[in-house]
Amino acid sequence: MSASQIQVRVLLSIVIALCLGGVLIVIDGHNPLAAYAALLNESFLDYWGLSNTLVKASPMLLAGLAVILPLRAGVFNIGGEGQIYMGGLFGAVVALNIPDTPGVLGLIAIFGAAAVGGGLWAAFPAYLRAYKGTNEVIVTLLMNFVAIHIVSYAVSGPLMAEGAPYPYSEEIADQFKLPILMPRSDAHLGILIGVLAAVLLYFWIRSTPSGFRLDLVGRNARAATYAGVNAKRNIMMSMIVGGALAGLAGAIEVAGLKYRLFHLFSDGYGYDGIVVAFLAALNPIVAPVAAFFLAGLSAGAGTMQRSIGVEGSVVEAIEGIIVICVAAALVVRKPTADSGWLKRLLPQRNKNAGGV
Amino acid sequence: MFGFDAALISDVLASSVRLGTPIAFAALGGVFAERSGTYNVALEGGMLSGALGAASGVFITGSVFAGLICGLICGMLTGLLLGGLVIKLRVNQLVAGLAVNILVAGLTAFGARLVFGDMAGGARVEGFSTMEIPGLSSLPVIGSAFFMQDPLFYLLVVVGGLSWWWLFRSNAGLDFRAVGENPRAADVAGVRVFRMKYVALAISGALAALGGMHLVLSQVYVFTEGMSAGKGFIALAAIILGRWSPAGAIAAALLFGFFDAVQFKLQFSNPDVPYQLFLILPYVASLAALIFLVGKTRAPASVGTAYIREQR
Repeated sequence: MSASQIQVRVLLSIVIALCLGGVLIVIDGHNPLAAYAALLNESFLDYWGLSNTLVKASPMLLAGLAVILPLRAGVFNIGGEGQIYMGGLFGAVVALNIPDTPGVLGLIAIFGAAAVGGGLWAAFPAYLRAYKGTNEVIVTLLMNFVAIHIVSYAVSGPLMAEGAPYPYSEEIADQFKLPILMPRSDAHLGILIGVLAAVLLYFWIRSTPSGFRLDLVGRNARAATYAGVNAKRNIMMSMIVGGALAGLAGAIEVAGLKYRLFHLFSDGYGYDGIVVAFLAALNPIVAPVAAFFLAGLSAGAGTMQRSIGVEGSVVEAIEGIIVICVAAALVVRKPTADSGWLKRLLPQRNKNAGGV
Repeated sequence: MFGFDAALISDVLASSVRLGTPIAFAALGGVFAERSGTYNVALEGGMLSGALGAASGVFITGSVFAGLICGLICGMLTGLLLGGLVIKLRVNQLVAGLAVNILVAGLTAFGARLVFGDMAGGARVEGFSTMEIPGLSSLPVIGSAFFMQDPLFYLLVVVGGLSWWWLFRSNAGLDFRAVGENPRAADVAGVRVFRMKYVALAISGALAALGGMHLVLSQVYVFTEGMSAGKGFIALAAIILGRWSPAGAIAAALLFGFFDAVQFKLQFSNPDVPYQLFLILPYVASLAALIFLVGKTRAPASVGTAYIREQR
């Protein structure tokens, strides 16, 4: 499939998913058109709504890239959530220990530490997958729970702010707080960091030999090995860089939004990243658009509930429908001789035009 | 810590079995799926849908049996949805499973609001109570652990036994395992491969749902959003640890239940140690099991791949 064909399929499947979601909104007793209009208006067109969307889009984007890169090398990183937590933890620990460092220098240290934290957390499942053949999906998933509990321990123990009513750390120094992009709102610099990372990844995979090797491993690890590419090393690298990106998302949440490390500070952004990755059809340059869309949807869950009265959980279900539709759309094959009803609906061209 | 205190051991064993039962049902479901060649990452979703199905069934009709049927149907639908995605459309099995999980998480949260209204999260439902097996329940130490449980645990034992017999001692089970090992050979031998795969996922979803139902009908008597809380994923580890056999998977799941029970006990007896250390125990145990059993186990050969009949 060509890139434009993929984008058309994804857009079409999003439309189908929104229609199916509309059925849920009707079941909930509301007008889906009014609900979607409110969503569009309040998440993307309204100043405060837009800032809210951008705040959610930054971690989602980085978490999405953390899924895309390893998946381009053929590995599933479901551990974005845990890597975000470890990134936030490492970043916060550094930030709290160097309160007198000048802003830019300190921020580099904080984000560097966050990348190391996320990268290390991803290196373990990557090693097991590459060298021991352990299923990375289960390992990364299980490690998410471990990371959340580690942060929970940190903020209710050694890092806990004095006199805090519930588990959170001290506030980071003022010069480490990320600049605000939209005056008087929460929208911070994080989204630009994410977009920059997306662009860099895009050109890395597209235009450099090492990116090409990585992609080759994902397409056919055996062929890549035959061509002299070290598949194991590429799997390790893709996971570690992916984990580092998710770690940055953790630091962004700490330095951009909350200014402290909180218990449960990431609201499932790691899992949203999986959705972003599929919406973007694994193309890093499309990931910002996908993250922006998903963030708007998620930010709109609240506004839809307030202005129209639609259940917030409907939006969660719609997200699931979108992933299913997009995943299905990307692999649905052109009709072949024996493909029942599809044959009558779609024009038949090439008998052996395969999927994927 | 604690010495050989019979009452305490019996107590921990009893709660191990209780906490392990949901994981065991899901793991058993996973064995069926993987033996037929499909990774069922949607076990988590199967559990949640079963939990909501059971809770709403009981809530609406007032009958626990109706709740059980409702939950089973919801679980099967989850399994068949996954089947449609991975067997018919050949979506990557892991992607499809995760997508089903996301969908089910949202749909069940939404469904709970529809059924329970403002009471969502607080609507108590009838459930099963403990059923004593006369005679055996008075055995020392293991009596209360294995013979004073709720009916669903006994169902687990029965279903586990039947599964073993069916998979390894019946002709249909041989066909079934052949589908998971080499679908092409099975197809050539006249086995209806695609139907087998769908049936496997329907069974798998129903079993995972039973796990979710155990949470609602035997443990907390209420449905809450996301109540499966990762148990479906631990079940995936239990399958590997149990080497794709029904008895092994159930035993592994009960082992995780044991870690969970010990975690509770230790948490109470050691207030000085950070409780998070104990909370991660079941996950770390799962991870350790995965890591140390690597190389000694073999998954069914075709698991993870779609069977494409018209391909060489």
